[in-house]
Amino acid sequence: MELSAADLAAIRLTLELASITTLLLLVLGTPLAWWLARTRSRWKGPVAAVVALPLVLPPTVIGFYLLVSLGPNGYGGQLTQALGLGLLPFTFAGLVVASIIYSLPFVVQPLQNAFAALGDRPLEVAATLRASPLDTFFTVILPLARPGYLTATVLGFAHTVGEFGVVLMIGGNIPGQTRVVSVQIYDHVEAMEYAQAHGLALSMVVFSFLVLWALYHFNPQGGRRG
Amino acid sequence: MTPATQPSILARFRLGYAGFALHVDLSLPGRGVTALYGPSGSGKTTLLRCIAGLERSPDAHLQVNGEVWQDGARFLPTHRRPLGYVFQEASLFPHLDVRRNLEYGMRRVPARERRVSLEQAIELLGIGHLLARRPDRLSGGERQRVGIARALAVSPRLLLMDEPLAALDLARRQEILPYLERLHDELEIPVLYVSHAPDEVTRLADHLVVLEAGRVVAAGALGDTLARLDLPIRLGEDAGVVLEACVLEQDPVWGLARVAFTGGSLWVRDAGHALGQAVRVRILARDVSLTLTRHEGTSILNILPARLEDMAEDGHPAQVLARLSVAGSPLLARLTRRSVHALGLHAGMPVHAQIKAVALIG
Repeated sequence: MELSAADLAAIRLTLELASITTLLLLVLGTPLAWWLARTRSRWKGPVAAVVALPLVLPPTVIGFYLLVSLGPNGYGGQLTQALGLGLLPFTFAGLVVASIIYSLPFVVQPLQNAFAALGDRPLEVAATLRASPLDTFFTVILPLARPGYLTATVLGFAHTVGEFGVVLMIGGNIPGQTRVVSVQIYDHVEAMEYAQAHGLALSMVVFSFLVLWALYHFNPQGGRRG
Repeated sequence: MTPATQPSILARFRLGYAGFALHVDLSLPGRGVTALYGPSGSGKTTLLRCIAGLERSPDAHLQVNGEVWQDGARFLPTHRRPLGYVFQEASLFPHLDVRRNLEYGMRRVPARERRVSLEQAIELLGIGHLLARRPDRLSGGERQRVGIARALAVSPRLLLMDEPLAALDLARRQEILPYLERLHDELEIPVLYVSHAPDEVTRLADHLVVLEAGRVVAAGALGDTLARLDLPIRLGEDAGVVLEACVLEQDPVWGLARVAFTGGSLWVRDAGHALGQAVRVRILARDVSLTLTRHEGTSILNILPARLEDMAEDGHPAQVLARLSVAGSPLLARLTRRSVHALGLHAGMPVHAQIKAVALIG
């Protein structure tokens, strides 16, 4: 079993997509998770529900609405065009946007739990020790929420690697641009190339296993607290 | 200094939750230890948190030694207030070792405002051997000592302590109390000390504020406030007075020392204090009995002539609490109503106070 150049391109594209998506999700997810963990606003419930939607919706539903809204007649599409970005469907950038939405709960929820578990005390202690809120975030919250960040990173990355339905809807199947591993496997199977499909599929299995193993190894209780 | 120019803390707060309201207007001395005393739920911790800015009271005025921390719309956030705060649980940062916990606050204070050095804080609390340890490798008492040192290392202009000993067992409390006394003796930082333990209050405080249901029921110098007849009910078995005294003579044969206070002197167990050293003695109301004439042939060492000033109801209908004056110094005595009747006691009467036990504190 040997991986072809096209297979390797798909793997590289997948890793690139997952890395960029995870990085953006950690940056965007942190304030959102912080707000969800600490707010007493009545909007907390609705916002939390929206964040969790990708957990329950079929990926094709997400992909369908993204395709419609980011298309030439959708609000999103009109916005990206007005900004001079062109249309996002069937581009790598479109895939990134879709992946962010699709993997959002897998990053936000572990962070939210980690923030909530910290409670008020470390923040109050830091304030009495002259640390401003931003200072406190980087010197106290971030180190204490490290297990949550590890979980969020691994889950966000792994979940993006494993997406298929959303990609197919909004990304299509353009080699080197939107053809990720899961789509490539589908293509192999369609073409009855079972050996090639097997090679890629097995790589995915091994990869996923290693990622989860690492997660449980470094983070046995899903969050240690001193 | 006259009282008007003496540095002081002015605190007025109004704050309401469901089932609880804090409503205080206090003027506290800007030096020494002020104990905020009261049962749990009396609002003492809430008051401390308001002063720290951890709790926001909409209608408030707070001024500390001339600086306004809160007034109307002006609200200095906690991290801009030059205070130190010791929480009930030491709340050390678990991701930092002891040294970096101590440095955390100190580094955020401009060098020119540092008056307590790290070495001084470490030495005062005796934690030099713990610096490389992680908080989870410390005992409860050690953790709290580090917590206190960490608060001191920010050179606070006001030190707030929220029941720092409450989470510790008796042995650990005995371990820490001497360190707290050293703070009191060696640093010029005013301290607000929340406690519901009478022994801590009598040992450490110079000034006492008694809170109940969110209101101040008494405030004043420790000795005066403790001697008030309307408070001892709340102190129960711990009702009594504290007198400032100094060691006058030692009797090595019997292991006793004589300490003098304004108005008289007392024999106490010699605790090794040097001659002339200032000490505090605590005399509980239940350890004082009265006689009309001076008894001979008694085992009681300390019998002082006194004047009966006033009497008030005590917790139980059988009991009466009497306030005496020993040439100006107050004493409290817990008597039965029957004895009051049998001896014909009334205000203004000369009596002899027989003191069964005197505790030397600090």
